[in-house]
Amino acid sequence: MNKSTWNTKLLSGLALALLLSACKSTPMVDKPASVVDKSPATATKPADATSGADTSAVKEVSIDGHASASGYNPLKDPSNILSKRNIYFDFDSDAVKAEFRPMIEAHAKYLITNGNAKVILQGNTDERGTREYNLSLGQRRSVAVKKSLNLLGVQDKQIETVSFGEEKATEACADEACAKMNRRVDIVYENE
Amino acid sequence: MNRQIFKHAIRGVVFSASLCISFIANAALEIEISGGSAQQLPVAIVPFAQVATADQENISTIVSADLRRSGLFRVLETGGVVNHPSDIMQIKYAEWAALQAQAMAVGVVETLPDNRLKVTFQLADVLKQTQLTGMQYNIAPNQLRATAHKIADVIYQKLTGEVGIFASRIAYINKSNGRYALRIADADGENPLTMVSSKEPIISPAWSPDGSKLAYVSFEKKKPIIFVQTLSGQRTVLANFKGNNSAPSWAPDGSKLAIVLTYGANSQVYTINADGSGLQQITKSSAIDTEPTWSTDAKWIYFSSDRGGKPQIYKVSSSGGEPQRVTFEGAYNVSPRFSPDGKSLAMIRNDGGKFRVALQNLASGQVQILSEGSQDESPSFAPNSRILLYATRVGGHGALAAVSADGRVKQRLNESGGDIREPAWGPLLN
Repeated sequence: MNKSTWNTKLLSGLALALLLSACKSTPMVDKPASVVDKSPATATKPADATSGADTSAVKEVSIDGHASASGYNPLKDPSNILSKRNIYFDFDSDAVKAEFRPMIEAHAKYLITNGNAKVILQGNTDERGTREYNLSLGQRRSVAVKKSLNLLGVQDKQIETVSFGEEKATEACADEACAKMNRRVDIVYENE
Repeated sequence: MNRQIFKHAIRGVVFSASLCISFIANAALEIEISGGSAQQLPVAIVPFAQVATADQENISTIVSADLRRSGLFRVLETGGVVNHPSDIMQIKYAEWAALQAQAMAVGVVETLPDNRLKVTFQLADVLKQTQLTGMQYNIAPNQLRATAHKIADVIYQKLTGEVGIFASRIAYINKSNGRYALRIADADGENPLTMVSSKEPIISPAWSPDGSKLAYVSFEKKKPIIFVQTLSGQRTVLANFKGNNSAPSWAPDGSKLAIVLTYGANSQVYTINADGSGLQQITKSSAIDTEPTWSTDAKWIYFSSDRGGKPQIYKVSSSGGEPQRVTFEGAYNVSPRFSPDGKSLAMIRNDGGKFRVALQNLASGQVQILSEGSQDESPSFAPNSRILLYATRVGGHGALAAVSADGRVKQRLNESGGDIREPAWGPLLN
């Protein structure tokens, strides 16, 4: 595939994603979720002494997810390269290093064979910098891995790139060896 | 005492590190203040006569703490004065003039027939022996603290000519025992309430301009999604598009938000109506464009971008167009925040490896570094533009700190037993 074809495909994929997503843009109202760890502090505390505005009670909402389904999963077989999910990066870099190529190729092959499988590429950064900016930096890394998968023939519809920024970083890293572990992309399969 | 003279005195002050007060109330947030104006106005806040609510903290204690935290007042000890007036007619001015009080507040809390409370307070000019202002509030018994903050705001405004912010609220994220909680508290750190908690990260809380709801980013679904939640607990997904959904920022009129989406590529700035409709792409680059914030007049969206190599702050018309670069000094400027008065832009600058709060005067372009930490982030203006709240690290854990916009008064808010971060100062409520 030459570059311009690839770009066109990517763009049309993006446009499609935009359209599809735009359809979803009506907000979904979650019912106020069941409150699991309601603390005494959630009792009614009016905020304002004299005006009628904003005297509503503050209610806590709990949002813990469901446990994922269990059972045998080849993707998690420790003897299979597909169980390897972490791609590490140099400081301030989104270049995918050669040492991770066999692992990325294995995942590309799995995704091509299993057309319904979907991966989420989760980008991460170390703690330096601000949270929102690091969220964008982590995204840069997940996009870099996505491009590697794309070049190996994986379709856009099977890949979602997201970022955790510094949120999953080991806090207060004392040295580079620790910080290095935070600069990575994790490959997570949907419904895992 | 002349208000004009005092206002002039505030502007003429010289930095002094003489003041260092710390106090702990019953609350989770502990506040420590350092610095302050050298010419603090001496005021006496006489304990209120509040027999019916003797079990609650005296209003004068709360008002005194508020005024101290501003750095602009020297709140005098009143214990040595035998007579504690509760009405301006009972004041023996000579006694208070001897304490060097220039202004003094007196008040009373009475129970009404319907069990509500009547709070009366008066502010007197000790030298002129006249009343400066007086207010009466009929309130529910649990609104005593809130009323004390309102009284502090009235005193602050009367004596400085500027709007007080003591009755406003702050939001922040607490991380403890592996859980993340979005909390709101009074501006003095009291009454912390959890809005939502999760075992996955929550970041970027943003108050709606009317103070009735917060937008924030939650990772509960293995990716960042933007939610809007009312204070009464109604929770709505604002943006859950493919990729990341982050960095919500409300337009000044609350009708829409600027947000950041990625789809399959790098972060870009969009606007979306507050009901989730009307998505519009604002920036179109292959670089990172993130952390949008609206100018006070809503004409511009400021954002950080690495389109020029290193991250700098740019502005773009809020309806889209060609962005213009705003910051040129320093190799790393991110997290722009517009001051409510429209006069300055706060940001985080990497200052020789240390990430600090910087303030740029938009008229002169001059930049002042305001904070002293090495990992400071998330600057947030008080609604009167005089104070910046931000996240810092103290002894290896996250804490909040505040600095006056002139850099003179510094405060630290520490919540024991957890990391606190991502502060957002709420609007003034009428």
